[in-house]
Amino acid sequence: MASIRRRIVVAVTGFGALMLAAIVIAPLLGPTPVSLARALDRSTPLSENVDAQILFVARLPRTLAGALVGAALASAGVVFQGLLRNPLATPFTLGVSAGAALGAMLAITLGWTFGWIGIPAIPAASFAGSVGAVAIVYALARARHGGLSTNVLLLAGVTLNAFFSALIVFVQFLADFTDLYRMLRWLVGDLDIATYQPLVTALPLLLIAFAVFAWIARPLNLLSMGPDSAQTHGIDVRSAQRAAFFSASLATGAAVSVGGPIGFVGIIIPHLVRLLVGADHRVVLPASALFGAAFLVSCDVVGRTVMSPIEVPVGVITALLGGPFFLWLLIRRG
Amino acid sequence: MRLAVAALIGCVAAGASQNPTPQRIISIIPAVTEILFAIGAGPRVVAVGSFDHYPPDVKGLERVGALLDPDLEKILSLKPDLVAVYASQQDLERQLERAGVATFRYRHAGLAGVSKTILELGARVGQLPDAQALVKTLEDRLGSVRERVAGRPRPKTLIVFGREALALRGIYANGGVGFLHDMLTAAGGENIFADIPRESLQATTELILSRRPDVIIELRIGEISAERRASEVAVWHQLTSVPAVQSRRVFLVTDARTVVPGPRVAEGTELLARLLHPDAFKQEAASGRELDGHGPGDQASFVGVGHQPLDASTAPLAVR
Repeated sequence: MASIRRRIVVAVTGFGALMLAAIVIAPLLGPTPVSLARALDRSTPLSENVDAQILFVARLPRTLAGALVGAALASAGVVFQGLLRNPLATPFTLGVSAGAALGAMLAITLGWTFGWIGIPAIPAASFAGSVGAVAIVYALARARHGGLSTNVLLLAGVTLNAFFSALIVFVQFLADFTDLYRMLRWLVGDLDIATYQPLVTALPLLLIAFAVFAWIARPLNLLSMGPDSAQTHGIDVRSAQRAAFFSASLATGAAVSVGGPIGFVGIIIPHLVRLLVGADHRVVLPASALFGAAFLVSCDVVGRTVMSPIEVPVGVITALLGGPFFLWLLIRRG
Repeated sequence: MRLAVAALIGCVAAGASQNPTPQRIISIIPAVTEILFAIGAGPRVVAVGSFDHYPPDVKGLERVGALLDPDLEKILSLKPDLVAVYASQQDLERQLERAGVATFRYRHAGLAGVSKTILELGARVGQLPDAQALVKTLEDRLGSVRERVAGRPRPKTLIVFGREALALRGIYANGGVGFLHDMLTAAGGENIFADIPRESLQATTELILSRRPDVIIELRIGEISAERRASEVAVWHQLTSVPAVQSRRVFLVTDARTVVPGPRVAEGTELLARLLHPDAFKQEAASGRELDGHGPGDQASFVGVGHQPLDASTAPLAVR
């Protein structure tokens, strides 16, 4: 068996190359033919250069958004699956996305327009909603035991999901017709962000989350064998669980505030990666982040070209492509 | 004439004999409500939908829900003998049928559909002559708008009817189908999404950049403050290569006449024409011949006009 260091290097190089290729190629693909030569031609001012505007205003922000959101959701999925010791866990299992969705729905229906240090209302409200959901789940999971009971976490999260979903339906019921349309669309997810501002806002949060992920990869290996076993290996179970819970929630909340609750990335990518590189979190975590980025960027390209000029929501593509592909891999490997 | 009326009733509403002229009418469709009042059936309207705001006569009327949440109990308790429903509200229609209440099925269609609906409705509620007169007025007015913009270059236009606040996200635009597309065409504009055979589509920033509209018209329901207008317009700044942005021809229109496919569509069309072809309406100001008696037709006058019928809410957005 190759040393763990070697396996990490191989996985990161492989999946990293995949991600880089996706990020470089994706902006060149889209419904409109764009000439790279014309786009980079300095003699035309940017304000007149249609090719450059399509490349740098329309495509590049969404490509980078896809990479960040994909990396965040996929790695958060890995962490939640390890923390909850449940292969069916997703970044959305513990109610983070439902809280985010409720915030966004409220912002849409109440016509909130405030800006939070330049952040438009909907992403701000969505992030606030996810913070609220995380706080409630954490308080509940702590109330019963001193530490974090994963069972209580899971049950509290699932219940909160249902409760928030009911509130969302209620808000939608009260909403105006045109708002309703926008709400449903938000819930599918969308990466056409048109500015770099959402990325600049989300990046620090995601970097914090990724830094914590790097630290908890080893503890997660032990945690996923069960808290008692982890304890005997000299792990501070409580703080490891707390770190895992908060960092994964932070990544999810930030990702959802950028692209909406894009499904399937957080469950398919981790399992796919595990099938390819094994179960060690030190390999699975970085590999999932990189592969998740490549996957979501590619799905976004498919979404904007397959029915062009009409765009298919990226959340639909992730499910349509990811589902069958995953099942195929499962059967082939199984 | 009578014969013609009878024939029309016969083909419009099957079994006309079982449906005597309705005396208690409910409409949950803004366009139909407007038509009913415009053809003189207003006094017989007993309730309207949640989104019906015109004419002002509807203010005191009962509200019985709308497309998604019709209140059947309330509708039945008002003992109507005719209820106008959307064609998609099949459950409601069936329930009303079981309760023995006649329905008028409304289909959302293009500009031609408005005249058709007026005539059908006129026949159904026994106001056909008024309906015919209304259709004539409407078509004459549309005709005069078409005439006025005829032969002028047709600016490529993007019609937006939904967008996230303060961001270029979730942009919904009108495709090449529906009354807004027809209105735009009549008003002398070229829909940049004319080739997409759908009433609505989500327009990505890439599509807008590549199709380069000369004019952007954003439609909204409800008033907004002047500062809000200014900040909403600032979000279009980043699409600097779009001609509409360069030439400051981004407009935010909050006038209901542009979004309700009722008897006021001709006025709505004229409003669009004034935004697209301000020059075509210039001489009238000079000659004093003004439609609806409002101020001169150049864009500048749109700003800060009080309760003028056409211009009140169409202040052009200063783009730079």
